Amino acid sequence: MTRIGVVVFPGSNCEYDALNGVASLGAQAELVWHSTTDLSGFDGVILPGGFAHGDYLRPGALARFSPVMDAVRRFAEDGGSVLGICNGFQVLTEAGLLPGALQKNRGLAFLCQPTTLVVSSTTSVLTSRAVLGDELIIPINHFSGSYICDDPTYDELVTHNRIVLTYKDNPNGSRGDIAGIANEGGNVVGLMPHPERAMSTLLGSEDGRILLESFVATSLATLSR
Amino acid sequence: MVRFFVVNYFVIVDVTLRAGIADPEGATIEKALPALGFTGVSDVKAGKSFRMNIEATSETDALNKATALAERLLSNPVIEDAHVRLGEVSLS
Repeated sequence: MTRIGVVVFPGSNCEYDALNGVASLGAQAELVWHSTTDLSGFDGVILPGGFAHGDYLRPGALARFSPVMDAVRRFAEDGGSVLGICNGFQVLTEAGLLPGALQKNRGLAFLCQPTTLVVSSTTSVLTSRAVLGDELIIPINHFSGSYICDDPTYDELVTHNRIVLTYKDNPNGSRGDIAGIANEGGNVVGLMPHPERAMSTLLGSEDGRILLESFVATSLATLSR
Repeated sequence: MVRFFVVNYFVIVDVTLRAGIADPEGATIEKALPALGFTGVSDVKAGKSFRMNIEATSETDALNKATALAERLLSNPVIEDAHVRLGEVSLS
């Protein structure tokens, strides 16, 4: 059974959504406190949404120094699957595990709404089972979600298929409509939308299932290769 | 015998967005100004300012320490620049 660790920082608030999301797909999910320094035994790790360390200074700026982040870095370097959702994406960019940064939304509005995402690459742990060009309805819930990076980074992301999800109708001013990106190996992915909140038609959409299914399936496959 | 006196230096760190990075906060403030009767104001940029006392043996030492912590924590080099300067020196 795939074991997924969901990291909890002081101020995280989407950890149970993430936990229940992957558990509903058959994974064994466990919460992991941010002071943990050992992630061995896990097949995948999720950094959930919320306001880690109050988002003081900048979103993710203090969380990157939490003890668990050294373990997350080693886990990623060993090929482990890492998924940062919303605040988790911000933490991954601050930690340098993903390039670029998340800036305040264009228009300075806190955005909480469904968005239509387009699958732009299937060579990542989050999109391995999705179909290129498919449209997914997934909600966003953020103030600092405008993805920004310099020209060489953007060219690198485009050239190596590292833009995994884009907004059909850009809500926040992200460069290149970027909603989610992957690292060079495709095993570390960050996205601003919340797939764990789109797991049931009862709650508006179940389009997040294909993404978390990909993550759970690929996590196991990656570490047992 | 040479003795180094460690004193507190008052240091100010200003963090601003790098040139070319969109600043929606500054732009929104700028747009609000004419409605309040403040005309002729342009290029408004929003940023952060940090003030601290740093124990150091000299002004250079204090500035070096401030620069290091500003680059490591206070600013995100991807989008921000940090400007470090000395305030008044206070003995303690």
